[in-house]
Amino acid sequence: MEKKIHTTEEQVAYAKILDRGMKAGLLVLIFTFIVYFSGMLTPYLPVNDLSKYWGMPVHEYLERTGIHPGWAWLKMLNKGDFLNFIGIAFLAGVTMICYIAIIPILFKKKDTVYGVIAIIEVLVLALAASGILSVGGH
Amino acid sequence: MFRGLIICIYTMFILLFLISIDPALATDPPVAAEAASQMPWWGWPLILLVVTFLLGIVAVLGGVGGGVLFVPIIGGFFPFHLDFVRGAGLLVALAGALAAGPSLLKKGMADLRLALPVGLIASSCAIVGAMIGLALPTNVVQIALGATILGIVVIMLMAKKSEYPDVKQADALSTALRINGVYHEATTGQDINWKIHRTPQGLALFIIIGVMAGMFGLGAGWANVPTLNLLMGAPLKVSVATSKFLLSITDTSAAWIYINNGAVLPMVVVPSIIGIMLGSIVGVRILAKTKPAAIRYIVIIMLFFAGTRALLKGLGIWN
Repeated sequence: MEKKIHTTEEQVAYAKILDRGMKAGLLVLIFTFIVYFSGMLTPYLPVNDLSKYWGMPVHEYLERTGIHPGWAWLKMLNKGDFLNFIGIAFLAGVTMICYIAIIPILFKKKDTVYGVIAIIEVLVLALAASGILSVGGH
Repeated sequence: MFRGLIICIYTMFILLFLISIDPALATDPPVAAEAASQMPWWGWPLILLVVTFLLGIVAVLGGVGGGVLFVPIIGGFFPFHLDFVRGAGLLVALAGALAAGPSLLKKGMADLRLALPVGLIASSCAIVGAMIGLALPTNVVQIALGATILGIVVIMLMAKKSEYPDVKQADALSTALRINGVYHEATTGQDINWKIHRTPQGLALFIIIGVMAGMFGLGAGWANVPTLNLLMGAPLKVSVATSKFLLSITDTSAAWIYINNGAVLPMVVVPSIIGIMLGSIVGVRILAKTKPAAIRYIVIIMLFFAGTRALLKGLGIWN
């Protein structure tokens, strides 16, 4: 018996991009971690010193290591540890790409309410990703 | 197969027990830092990989997400600060949701029309939760985490599931948003028409779920499924699949807050993601051959143990 599948155009489009993005992100994450773990690229924090820092609250860790939060890691991609943020950011960015891709489909179908919901979601995710929302620390 | 599984779980308990009783491996940061110097730098990431691999197997067999086991267990028994554990927990749950999402959407099990409005509310509130979690003192977060995990234990023990909830009439909001669908039930060969009710109440509940997901980095399948299934009346399979997909939206926004505030350590995150994902693959294979009912109770016991640990750690009773 033929299997019936009930999905909408935007759902299929979302799934395809999510599939490709997730696979690409995971591959990048594994590759960059191999570079970091093998010592091919010198890390900013020596791996032998990591245990001194990973037990600290994040604000203290940033203070002691002199690491700047937000998107500052982009300037440190020549360091083995920060190289990993390419894969991490990619995985965290896939959902936004999926939403952007379905917006035109929703408006083409005159599904204005969902088109607007998708736009607002992109704005929410962009706000979260922007680095504007920093936390004072505890 | 079952004996192998029990050995896996037993190994994990032994590992966690050794970590928790050995003063050299205690989670008090200065002691841990000093003790860790005796261990090669790759020691903790390797133990983390092994434990998360076992967690991945147990999570699949116990029918829970990896995040809900990851945060209390890794946070309770490893030397990493809770800030980094929650950041890693969100990325672990996110990676799992991203991996499962495409297939669930293509098969029509996860529903985008149901997920979009819910996801908007949950992801916005997850940002608030993440910011609160990073701003509060660690012991307060530990106590709240412990209480939440113990609450999840109660939900897991008490909550019923409804395969096909009886929704007599869709409410006005879900009708206006056209949240309904048809999914193909492979076991019976039938097409199941579904609609939902109590949408405003459900959306309101996702405000709390979003805040908690962001605050504790737990993922939120434990709360999503009962809300979608029991409160809003979506069929169980649609609820489970949409919940899994929903995590990819909710956890994305919270994960960015942790990333942008420096609470993500690649040496903690990447072995965890790899371990959980490999464990999930093995878990799915075991699940195809056997599903021991006892596993769910083992998961509940593990959560009870980890929740109590977090609570007592937060209160300064068991450091």
